[in-house]
Amino acid sequence: MDTITLKIDGIEVTVPKGSTVLEAAHAAAVKIPTLCFLKEINEIGACRMCLVEIKGSPKLAAACVFPAADGMEVFTSTPRILANRKKTLELILSNHRKECLSCVRSGNCELQKLCREYGIEDENYYAGANPEFRIDDSAAHMVRDNSKCILCRRCVAACTVSQGIGCIGANERGFDTNIGSVFDLPLAETSCIHCGQCITACPVGAIYEKDSVDDVFAAIHDPSKHVLVQVAPAVRAGLAEEFGKPVGTDAQGKMAAAMRRLGFDKVFDTLFSADLTIMEEATEFLDRVKNGGTLPLITSCSPGWIKFCETYYPDMIPNLSTCKSPQGMFGAVAKSYYAEKEGIDPKDIVMVSIMPCTAKKFEYQRPEMNVNGLRDNDYVLTTREFGRMIKLAGLDWDMLPEEDFDLPLGLGTGAAVIFGATGGVMEAALRTAVEVLTGEELPNVDFEDVRGLKDIRTATYEVAGLTVRVAVTSGLANARKLLDMVKAGELEVDFIEVMACPGGCVNGGGQPQVHASVRNFVDIRAERAKVLYALDQGNAIRKSHENPAIKEIYETYLGEPGSHLAHKLLHTEYTPRKINGNWD
Amino acid sequence: MTDNIITSLADTSFYKIQRRIALKNCGVIDPENIDEYLAMDGYMALHKVLTEMTPDDVIQVMLDSGLRGRGGAGFPTGLKWKFAKGYDAPQKYVCCNADEGDPGAFMDRSVLEGDPHVVLEAMAIAGYAIGSSQGYIYVRAEYPVAVKRLNIALQQAREYGLFGKNIYGTGFDFDIDIRLGAGAFVCGEETALMTSIEGNRGEPRPRPPFPAEKGLFQSPSILNNVETWANIPQIILNGADWFSSVGTEKSKGTKVFALGGKIRHTGLVEIPMGTPLSTVIDEIGGGVPNGKKFKAAQTGGPSGGCIPASHINVQMDYEHLAEIGSIMGSGGLIVMDEDNCMVDIAKFFLTFTCDESCGKCTPCRIGTKRMLEILDRITSGKGTMEDIDKLEDLAYYIKDNALCGLGQTAPNPVLSTIRFFRDEYEAHINDRHCPAAVCKELFHYVVDPDKCIGCTQCLRNCPPFAITKTDYIAEGHKLPSVKIDNDKCIKCGACIEKCKFDAISKQ
Repeated sequence: MDTITLKIDGIEVTVPKGSTVLEAAHAAAVKIPTLCFLKEINEIGACRMCLVEIKGSPKLAAACVFPAADGMEVFTSTPRILANRKKTLELILSNHRKECLSCVRSGNCELQKLCREYGIEDENYYAGANPEFRIDDSAAHMVRDNSKCILCRRCVAACTVSQGIGCIGANERGFDTNIGSVFDLPLAETSCIHCGQCITACPVGAIYEKDSVDDVFAAIHDPSKHVLVQVAPAVRAGLAEEFGKPVGTDAQGKMAAAMRRLGFDKVFDTLFSADLTIMEEATEFLDRVKNGGTLPLITSCSPGWIKFCETYYPDMIPNLSTCKSPQGMFGAVAKSYYAEKEGIDPKDIVMVSIMPCTAKKFEYQRPEMNVNGLRDNDYVLTTREFGRMIKLAGLDWDMLPEEDFDLPLGLGTGAAVIFGATGGVMEAALRTAVEVLTGEELPNVDFEDVRGLKDIRTATYEVAGLTVRVAVTSGLANARKLLDMVKAGELEVDFIEVMACPGGCVNGGGQPQVHASVRNFVDIRAERAKVLYALDQGNAIRKSHENPAIKEIYETYLGEPGSHLAHKLLHTEYTPRKINGNWD
Repeated sequence: MTDNIITSLADTSFYKIQRRIALKNCGVIDPENIDEYLAMDGYMALHKVLTEMTPDDVIQVMLDSGLRGRGGAGFPTGLKWKFAKGYDAPQKYVCCNADEGDPGAFMDRSVLEGDPHVVLEAMAIAGYAIGSSQGYIYVRAEYPVAVKRLNIALQQAREYGLFGKNIYGTGFDFDIDIRLGAGAFVCGEETALMTSIEGNRGEPRPRPPFPAEKGLFQSPSILNNVETWANIPQIILNGADWFSSVGTEKSKGTKVFALGGKIRHTGLVEIPMGTPLSTVIDEIGGGVPNGKKFKAAQTGGPSGGCIPASHINVQMDYEHLAEIGSIMGSGGLIVMDEDNCMVDIAKFFLTFTCDESCGKCTPCRIGTKRMLEILDRITSGKGTMEDIDKLEDLAYYIKDNALCGLGQTAPNPVLSTIRFFRDEYEAHINDRHCPAAVCKELFHYVVDPDKCIGCTQCLRNCPPFAITKTDYIAEGHKLPSVKIDNDKCIKCGACIEKCKFDAISKQ
């Protein structure tokens, strides 16, 4: 690999050719502050926090995008630079609603952190007029409060570059510039798919999820209610970050303990319904293959992806698996099978779902998501809300023991836990489908080809005389590419997994917000996915159809996968939608 | 008319000193008739480069001519082309910046409306030089006549086989698309212009990569301003030496200025680089009218600065204007007299840039707004001496930190007025007084009772009824004089206009 050698603040450093000054500085253990920069997503040099001096150049350079060059001498913290950064922060503060104490991002705000580091003494030094914005809380999952927006455009880039949607962007110009929806519509009326990537991209408290913590606490403390909780696979790969632990910390055991201490009547696991999903979806796939159904079959676990497909690829709705997402299946089973088994009136069950996802807040409110006239789920919390609940209840994370989930709906396999990483659903489905087709035990359950972070991954398997061609992608900009290839006949596949968020649920819009200063140098998707793959490795049962609780529910209640009752409880339907309301 | 002989237009003081290269055909030919352009050696330069010169020859001529960008920054045109030629790419682009937006500037408009073919021909020459077959003209939609004539010119050139495929039978293909700007000043900035052509919100991009490497649609591109293009065919035809013999050592050729403001003869003037400002004002422009005193000249529009009377002999070229804190810019030249308040002028230009900021980078988006608020305070009598420091501080910060040329130069009008007219700022702050009587809250109208004959013309025309009669009748007058209640006065100036006896003044 070609390398270049340069000096950062006098420290000689050798980095790959093509590195930016920011990357070279990182290699030299020099931190250059950034606000707008998100690697590969938002490389626009707009905030001007990262400006540095380069020897021989009268102009300052934006380190985040400026190419490092051989022999270059960079100075990152001269008095001129430090004074400039301080002014940039003071100007941002002059146009920022500085109600830090009551801000959801207090303590985890990138602006707040930089202001402390740069010793801002007078937050009102440049005080002046500020535009007034209305708060947009129209969407099911989030609130936009532009009085806190610093116009870094990270949300816009997440929506446009990562997700290929672009339902938000800059409106007006100059000092009146503000981030808003297309045509200034309320967000709910646009084609926002509720993925929440904008929320995790936001460095400050301008975008945040709608909070249901109080409602859940109230339900827990209502003696007439039987409050159940399910928690998605990816939550255990992120939750510890809410307590200052490094990215990639496994939180499974403490998480179960925390839920129990919060007072949930039963602590269950979405892994159970992930296994259930595999049973239904693998059956659906084999049925479509054998009986000439619509192919390729596309997974339906990701509600952001579902709304995206309904909006931008309505012609492919027949390709979608009719399976509810694991969240939906779990609620339906809890309020039927579990209620009957335990002799509880399903009306008294409150189903709380903890998800790495904001689109789940939209999904559970979809009219189809019900069982016998009851909502499948009653509240959906993000990983972040769950973290806040734990703090609110005064639970000491470090002191929490590691506990297990309750039976029977707390039992899940290794196949289920990898649902949280891109490729996981496909791998889990393959583990079951291959064994069903061959009737023999798989010598190796690791389907490495579908793992990883490559935009689009494909693999072909010969199974019992059947050729199965699969494709996996995550991030909707990538999904667009994949679907267009399929529609154009450039790629022939039988089974596709799509996850709305880049990297899958581990990087979901409900996961802890990681500062760009970390995100730009650590691939949080890969680090969190490692947690799940380790849990899969460590699980004695790694195939969904071998989950005893799954066997039991089919034997005693559902009959067989794809049965009439299974269809009633576990399957759903989809609705074509117009792009941005009526503006298509 | 002197001695019954009509002076030829070319011999009037307005035209005599001018040297018309870029404006050669403007007003001379019918811009909607390609034959008239052809009759003026039109498309001969293109013929020459295609049949007699290699692309490297063309670039060498451009380098030797010393032609620099007329859009304001003054980057050597030949060098720009050389860089773009150096990058290999399946498609390269030649772009024309016709998004002229400086208040009061209309150089490019005149070329586009008066001689559209010269731009097309020059762009084709550049296409040949850098290896591009596609051009774009980005012209503001507010120039409908220019757009119409460009389209006619393009159509005619295509019909004559001078545009399109296999031009002059040489195998060289070149064509141009026209893109209309939606009225954003920032789209005159090269990367914003390209972003806008691509169909996105017109916002600048960080450089590097420079457009010569990754410009329009991420391909090697060059962008030149209309006036720059207008020089090129003649440079090709007459040679680099001919062109470089005009102007100064570092600033070659001529520059077109849009002369306006407090000056007798306004209009477009094209002068050799290095011509003293005084020549432009006194000889070409005929001086300041109404017996008023010259106070300053503003060059470079919202990115430029004010040149005070003490520098009236400054040579008009890139280097000398920059030395005194102004810029050549695209050629706006506004003359001001003693009735102009320099703080107000600074506020005017900053209001413009603040309005036109795209809102992408922090310094420009928020910084210019905060500067404007300080200027507002000063011009309304609420300023403090610290405000001047704060203003300067912010100005230097924005110059240092803004993303693009718009932001980096936005503070110039403020800095140059502080530099040369600091006393006016101080008068606004310390004396709560606007010496030029422009800032409404910092002066008032006064009636001289001895001059007032009591006709009450002013009183009857005062919208807020701020004028009333007094008991005082001056000697020799028959009627009582009037007085103005400053609490009611809205400083509209109707009274001064109506008074035939010079009895009302601003103080």
